[in-house]
Amino acid sequence: MKILVAVKQVAALDEDFALRDDGRNVDPDFLIRDLNEWDDFSLEEAVKMKEAASQPVEVVAVSVGSGEVDESLRKCLAKGADRAVRIWDPAIEDSDSIAIARVLAAAARREAPDMMFAGVQSSDQSFASTGIAAAAFLGWPHAAVVSHLSYSPGATRAVLRRELEGGLLHEVEIQCPAVLTIQLGINTPRYASLRSIKQAAAKPIEVLSLADIGLGADEVGVAGSLSRVRRMYVPDRGRAQLIEGDAAQQAARLAEIIREFKGAAS
Amino acid sequence: MSGILIIAEQRRGELRPISLELVTAAQGLRRSGEEVSVAIINSAPGNFVEALSVAGVDEIVTVEAASTEFDPDIFESAVGALISQHEPEVVLVAHSVDSFGYAAALAARLSLGFATDVFNIERVEGELVATRGGYGQKVNVEVDFPGKSVVLLAIRGNVFKAPEQSAAPRVTAFEAPPPHSRATGREFIELSAGDDVDMSAAEFILTVGRGIGEEAKVAQFRELADAVGATLGCSRPIADAGWLPKSRQVGQSGKTASACKLYIAMGVSGAIQHLAGMKHVSTIVAVNTDAEASIFGVAKYGIVGDVFEVADELRRLF
Repeated sequence: MKILVAVKQVAALDEDFALRDDGRNVDPDFLIRDLNEWDDFSLEEAVKMKEAASQPVEVVAVSVGSGEVDESLRKCLAKGADRAVRIWDPAIEDSDSIAIARVLAAAARREAPDMMFAGVQSSDQSFASTGIAAAAFLGWPHAAVVSHLSYSPGATRAVLRRELEGGLLHEVEIQCPAVLTIQLGINTPRYASLRSIKQAAAKPIEVLSLADIGLGADEVGVAGSLSRVRRMYVPDRGRAQLIEGDAAQQAARLAEIIREFKGAAS
Repeated sequence: MSGILIIAEQRRGELRPISLELVTAAQGLRRSGEEVSVAIINSAPGNFVEALSVAGVDEIVTVEAASTEFDPDIFESAVGALISQHEPEVVLVAHSVDSFGYAAALAARLSLGFATDVFNIERVEGELVATRGGYGQKVNVEVDFPGKSVVLLAIRGNVFKAPEQSAAPRVTAFEAPPPHSRATGREFIELSAGDDVDMSAAEFILTVGRGIGEEAKVAQFRELADAVGATLGCSRPIADAGWLPKSRQVGQSGKTASACKLYIAMGVSGAIQHLAGMKHVSTIVAVNTDAEASIFGVAKYGIVGDVFEVADELRRLF
């Protein structure tokens, strides 16, 4: 039995950053990288299922990106993934979430898992589309924003709860294999122990090319995308009016705001 | 390809407000002579005709579906069939939990131009340009769709204002193809977790976020909220950790704090979903040690400082 977990290394911006010369993205030198928060939960969900299963389950983390992504994949290995696979080719540069989904789907075909997880969205670009698009390329059933899951690896059906808005959940039974996008809070992700971090550092990361997964260069990058970045810019946004002073002065002004509100409300 | 097709959303028989916001979003794109059609996919679509009869809608398309509630396979096949029949240039859906479940699959399968969480749409020299946020909303990203004759856009909620005037659009029934559904909806579960607070009615909310550090600190903020007359709320990580019940969570996936007018966020950095769910509040005061926290981008007033010190000082004044 196998669970495939698609993960993304997200990028946060440095305090001061510069755009790339073509103005379509941030200069990569100013990016601070980490494993996507949502993916921490989907990996944990897979590892938990592996630990609870009566038969052997392999958890495979897969990501699309160049060498720097290995750091996030090692984090996955340290937290319980058995194998890590990274797909990269320079042609993948500037892919949108749909082109990335095509790559993940091709990798999934090669791995033939019983279930595939992805995060609901990424904390940097928040497309909320990669996992579900991958399901479409695979022709698999799918469910988004899963906050509770009952599934035994290898079973033909799973019961899940989708987190809707306003604290409402919808319980759904779904055919498997499926692609599920996992919501924050579905579990409590573990911390990697020092020992497992050391072990993960020694594990290999399988690196695949587009040819290895049977895709052509025209199926990824701008050519394989459904949108193209035209321009990126820093918006003039309303910054909060800062309340200066020490804590007592700041609290005094805050108390005034509260009293003004109460006066207007009564 | 011409015209704009909107896919309305409902939840348990109630039209979701975003459905009408999409009507407003469509107006800026409409070229002369082009129509705006709104499709409602439901087991009883006729129930929504009245609510959808607003200014700016030319046609309401009722699509009778096998399921009362959202099913990704039913939506994907119905919207796909609507696109073949209507041949719209633009399809607008909500950027929502439901569209997360089918929009990307549909766009991928039909190779539609596609962008999500869009908060601005315009035509630049005739070409459709959508704007969304990037890198945790720190930058704006303009995307276009070269060579795409149909573009599917998922629009952020609370950005466009729903039309107020009613109208009498024509109503057309559309027969969707029999769907091949691979999932069965069972039941709805309300998360109330033994706490009878109604965040949607609260006008003054004081929220704690990850910045309070540990569960033991919650009591002190509860006491502060009581003293200043606020309802205590929390951000997602606090509810997920079980420090406060889920019913106290505000933000997009939590309770909609629809009546809130004054919102004090203590130690909330402002994840995208949290900000999207609170943007409508007229006065937001953010207290955070991190001057770069995203919440200062939406707050009216900002206090850069230690949340505990500010909380202690504030407590003394009430």
